[in-house]
Amino acid sequence: MARSRMRRFGALAAAGALTMGIAACGADVETSDNAKAGESAAPAEQPSGGNKTLTISNWDKYIPEDLIPGFEKETGIKVKYAKHATNEEILGKLEAADGGGFDMVFVSGQFAESLKNRGWAAKIDHAAIPNEKNLYPEASKLPYDVGNTHSMPYTWGTTGLCYRSDKVSGTPDSWNDLLKPSAQVKGKTTMLSTDRWLLLPALKSLGFSANTKDEGELQQARDLLIKTKDTLLAYDDTTFYSKLVSGEALLVQAWDGWCNYGIAENPKIKFVVPKEGSDLWVDSMVVLEKSENKEAAMKFIDYVLRPESGQGVVDLLTYNTPNKAAMDGLDPKLKKQYPSLGVDPKELLAQEGLRDLGEAQPAWSRIVTEVTS
Amino acid sequence: MNGSTRLRLRRGALLGPALVWWTALLAAPVLLVLAYSVFQRGVYGGVVYDFSLDNFDRIADSLYLDVLWFSVRVAGEATLVALLIGYPAAWFIATRPERWRTILLVLVVLPFWTSLLIRTYSWMVLLNDEGLINNGLQSLGIIDEPLSLLYNEFAIVLGLTYGYLPLMILPLYAAIERLSPELREAASDLGASGWRAFLTVTFPLTRAGVTAGCIFVFVPSLGNFLVPDLLGGGREQMVGNLIQTQFLKARDWPFGATLALAIIALMTIVLLIQAWINARDRTREVA
Repeated sequence: MARSRMRRFGALAAAGALTMGIAACGADVETSDNAKAGESAAPAEQPSGGNKTLTISNWDKYIPEDLIPGFEKETGIKVKYAKHATNEEILGKLEAADGGGFDMVFVSGQFAESLKNRGWAAKIDHAAIPNEKNLYPEASKLPYDVGNTHSMPYTWGTTGLCYRSDKVSGTPDSWNDLLKPSAQVKGKTTMLSTDRWLLLPALKSLGFSANTKDEGELQQARDLLIKTKDTLLAYDDTTFYSKLVSGEALLVQAWDGWCNYGIAENPKIKFVVPKEGSDLWVDSMVVLEKSENKEAAMKFIDYVLRPESGQGVVDLLTYNTPNKAAMDGLDPKLKKQYPSLGVDPKELLAQEGLRDLGEAQPAWSRIVTEVTS
Repeated sequence: MNGSTRLRLRRGALLGPALVWWTALLAAPVLLVLAYSVFQRGVYGGVVYDFSLDNFDRIADSLYLDVLWFSVRVAGEATLVALLIGYPAAWFIATRPERWRTILLVLVVLPFWTSLLIRTYSWMVLLNDEGLINNGLQSLGIIDEPLSLLYNEFAIVLGLTYGYLPLMILPLYAAIERLSPELREAASDLGASGWRAFLTVTFPLTRAGVTAGCIFVFVPSLGNFLVPDLLGGGREQMVGNLIQTQFLKARDWPFGATLALAIIALMTIVLLIQAWINARDRTREVA
């Protein structure tokens, strides 16, 4: 899911974010050249957008290149596009500005929930977003924000096992194939190390919630993960798919969209969602309560929800979007190459939506340290 | 304007920039870290300004002390290996003719022209099970099974040693280069074996370079989080990783600040030891 998304250089970009992360509190807002082009291209009679400037923060390379220039040209609204490497980074920036400084941010669902709970997320003006009709009906039933009252989904997906079908016998279908690996794949598996996904396989295989706050359940998951650790090649959040391509790893825990980056290089790589169930992650758009350009921000959301915009997103990221019109219009070849793109939204919604952990976060962090140190 | 005023002004003009720099970029951040460490994490991240020493209780947990100990151990190993490689290398360079010395020193510093991140990734390409070293050794028939070179403590120590070796060589070179060859000749004339001359004359006289080099390698190794993450495969945490996690993943700034204080304290101790060794050497020289 959303981290840093340059495909081939994704790993370097993400690790770059790693090196700079701690110092990355300064706002690296940049007005694109396109913004200036949009300015001069704006028609003489200003459209309703007027001279507004919209400040948006998103993950790097997480939006089609032509989307913002297209929006600027059509509406006359200028966009200042800032980048964050992680949810936590943009939350830190908002923290420093007491929920201000941006008109709109792209964050994952559980972080949208936290923004909403703090009163930092503005109410979505559904009347201003006619293209909301393009979304699947399931897209308004996301547990972190039912009815999309304070956020609008952008991409969604799940987490599962990504493996080399030419080197792994049989079809892995359980988290235990990862947690208690067969002799064939032992030492050639990787797991994600970010808290939510590190614990996910263990929690699901034990039949617990992916959002559990129960100390006992967390400890059981921890014990299982500590046993698994000795069988792993590494914990890897950024380069697991290239380890599959090189053959260094045979079976890895992966986000569906990231497994596609491996499939793009080797069609023998396959993705499966384990039978015990998994998570539903959503990356969403949140307008900030402190924004003075809410109207323009709603227009931007509406523009993103157009079918063509949605298709651009899928082409760029090979992630699923909740935009039915976009998914229906997708090139069937793409769905054939990347089976995860053909998944029914009902199946996605059957997975457990990630929620903000609130006061349980320190307990989770401690478990992560206990497992990985 | 009298003379002493002018002197004071001149002194201020010379010291001013350094003082501003020191205050803004060193003293202020450290004070901020100190301040954050006595507050608490809010339910949604952020900082709740309630004074409490809970974070210091948390850090005393064996879980975190083990991570600190592991970091000290790994940084110590990297420093030792860097010293064992760096001393002969510095010696070799310092004893070449002038022209060669410059070229060799440029070669030592050359890796710094590329980011440590990219060089660390290169090590992953070299060391992995399907990597150049394992494939090469296997195709030569020297080994049957790939050696486990990556994602373990060995790889972390290797990465740190490699990354900071130039910082060891440079101060050692400076110390050795200053050393007059006549001193060694005198030692050998007086009957000392080569080894004895090194231990009793050369090494003590270059000790300032040794301690400086060791500090330059140990300190950044102790706080490094990139190398354990990439070359260690995230299977072992160093305190740098722990701090990074607290700030960027757990959004627990106060606890991250407490851990940062622990590193600062450790580094202060190391610097005090260095100062003590140097002061002792100086008194001996005088005596």
